[in-house]
Amino acid sequence: MKKLWNNKTTRTNLTTYLVVTVAFVVMQLMSSFGQLGSAMKGYLIPVCAYIVMAVSLNLLVGVCGELSLGHAGFMGIGAFTGIVIAALLQDAIPNDTLLLVVAMFAGGIMAGIFGFLIGIPALRLRGDYLAIVTLAFGEILKNIFSNLYVGLDSEGLHMAVSTGKVQLLEGGRMILDGPVGATGITKLSTFPMGFVLILFTLFVVLNLINSKEGRAIKAVRDNRIATESVGINVTAFRMKAFVVSAFLAGMAGTLFGLNFSSLQASKFNFNASINVLVFVVLGGMGNILGSVISTAVLYILPEAMRGLDDLRMILYAVVLIIVMLFTWSPSVKNAVQSVTASVQEKLRKNKKEAVNNE
Amino acid sequence: MKKVFAIVLAAAMIAAMFAGCGSGSSADAGTIKVGMTGPLTGGAAVYGTAVEAGMKIAVEEINAAAGDSGLKIEFKSADDEHDGEKALNAYNTLKDWGMQFFAGCVTTAPCLSVAPQAVEDQVFMMTPSGSSEKIANTGSNIFQMCFTDPNQGANAALLVAEKEMATNIGIIYDSSDDYSKGLVDGFKTKGAELGLNIVCETSFTSDNKSDLSTQVTQCKDAGCDFVFLPFYATEAAQVLTYANKIGYEPTFFGCDGMDGVLTIDGFDTALAEGLVLMTPFNPDAEETQDFVSKYKDMMDGVVPNQFAADGYDVIYSIYNACVATGIDGTTSAADACAKLEEYFATYTFDGLTGSGMTWDAAGMISKVPAAVIIENGKYVAF
Repeated sequence: MKKLWNNKTTRTNLTTYLVVTVAFVVMQLMSSFGQLGSAMKGYLIPVCAYIVMAVSLNLLVGVCGELSLGHAGFMGIGAFTGIVIAALLQDAIPNDTLLLVVAMFAGGIMAGIFGFLIGIPALRLRGDYLAIVTLAFGEILKNIFSNLYVGLDSEGLHMAVSTGKVQLLEGGRMILDGPVGATGITKLSTFPMGFVLILFTLFVVLNLINSKEGRAIKAVRDNRIATESVGINVTAFRMKAFVVSAFLAGMAGTLFGLNFSSLQASKFNFNASINVLVFVVLGGMGNILGSVISTAVLYILPEAMRGLDDLRMILYAVVLIIVMLFTWSPSVKNAVQSVTASVQEKLRKNKKEAVNNE
Repeated sequence: MKKVFAIVLAAAMIAAMFAGCGSGSSADAGTIKVGMTGPLTGGAAVYGTAVEAGMKIAVEEINAAAGDSGLKIEFKSADDEHDGEKALNAYNTLKDWGMQFFAGCVTTAPCLSVAPQAVEDQVFMMTPSGSSEKIANTGSNIFQMCFTDPNQGANAALLVAEKEMATNIGIIYDSSDDYSKGLVDGFKTKGAELGLNIVCETSFTSDNKSDLSTQVTQCKDAGCDFVFLPFYATEAAQVLTYANKIGYEPTFFGCDGMDGVLTIDGFDTALAEGLVLMTPFNPDAEETQDFVSKYKDMMDGVVPNQFAADGYDVIYSIYNACVATGIDGTTSAADACAKLEEYFATYTFDGLTGSGMTWDAAGMISKVPAAVIIENGKYVAF
């Protein structure tokens, strides 16, 4: 056990699982003792979904080194696929948890397929170009969803891309209604399922990073030419990271979508992608636990500051800048380090003196 | 360094958690708690802040004159950024504050997100300006102060037919906006019944609305002498400006979203002359002057639009109903909801946006539709 703990990677991974589990248990206990307000309860599931989003994007941005600005698009695919599947199978699967799992996998697989299709042309590009293509892709998806009409009646699913084309029989209902989005969704998402999804995501991502594939992916990030020269198929490994990331984002989307009773395509816009990117950058590129913590904090922070009224969003921005400076600016880092070093030095001296005095 | 970061974040999280809870407050019998959410920041802020100000005026008036019944209002607003997810968070925050009545949301998408939760919690909800039919249909405790979109579209068609305003009708609408689409659907359905001749129908989306010249040209080429513009004032200003540029002068006709067209920055209001719009509130009418001057004081001289008046009416309708049914600050939200639901079935309310307003079983409003025409930079009853 001690040997395991001495391995740095294993230690970081175990800490990650531990932090997430402790946070879950604390929240569950507080909730069952009635210590959580409705607001806090409302944050739990979205936070879970965003954590999965941030971790999956971190795989792409931090580990693979590819900037993606369309991650919310995959979330949208997952959300709307999940909503349609859940409505379709509602009678076939009476168990809510099972239905949610099926919907999540359907959403994930759909997002994965789209990730693969987009990856074929997009992954020929690098850096800024890839960022722009993913951005465009996210916007395209958003527009498709806001023009998609899906109805369900006794004859099955009906789909169209313009209004009035979906004619439903008696007793049928619209699942997706163009710009109005999905309404009347049966809420299936629960906090424990969100927690399970986070664990699943961590399991997939952490194992991938520390595997042979993961090392190849990191090699591609660090030096593409050198990697290619030793016979590693660069595109294939980038594609793997891209598809896994899209798959997880799709699952997060389903969890998110099935938590609200109505959902519009405009939710999955450029801003949503950037928001997740902010979580990743502030948590630290390639730092999975960092992504988890920064997502939870940055999601709740603006909500907790509601009491400040008009100053809320300004202060939120200021907090972002300060955290960014404190964690990533070399000069601030050095300053903090020198302060902590001198404090440590003093402590050590005091100790020595104490020992000497004895 | 990472440790320091982790500790800072953990501390922030704990602080956030404490800020989140512990706000449960004591109930005072003489004060009812009303909450609202709306877009107070962001692209739709103009509607949210207008409603908020209208409501605040009503609350101030009521609290100043509370002598008769002794019942006062404590009012709290929260920003929802025109987003369903944020609206739900804001609503939950208000619930933790002890809200008894929910006077929101302002825009449709947040309403659709919050309404099912309000039904589940049994909190009385009345939206001042969320106009989709689906909102009121969510549950029996959800009410609307404004017309539903299809109803307003139908009223518009009726007015056009009655006054014989058009021979060839063109429609420009925002296909990415459910408000715009609801109006068009209502207009077209009623128009087909009344034999209106729609010759041109063209649309744009929220992503490509920075230039509407193509759509205006299409209507001109189709020979339309009447153009229906079921969208908001900012886009309408663009349409009017471009039409003037190419010398196209049909009758332009808008709905309540068009209200505020005279206050748009950088827009030559002379171009809006002759524009007809459906709006329940006329800031140039005599009976609204008291409200208009109070609003101007509060908002640095801005003239109120119908959103503000809707907000004002929502507060008064809830307050009057509370006084009539004997609800006070100690009544639980669910009890108050049940009482009001029953009371609103037979309730008739007179306010700024109309008199003799009643609500049907679904919670949709019924009032006399009104239209105004812009003459010499002022609204004149049409």
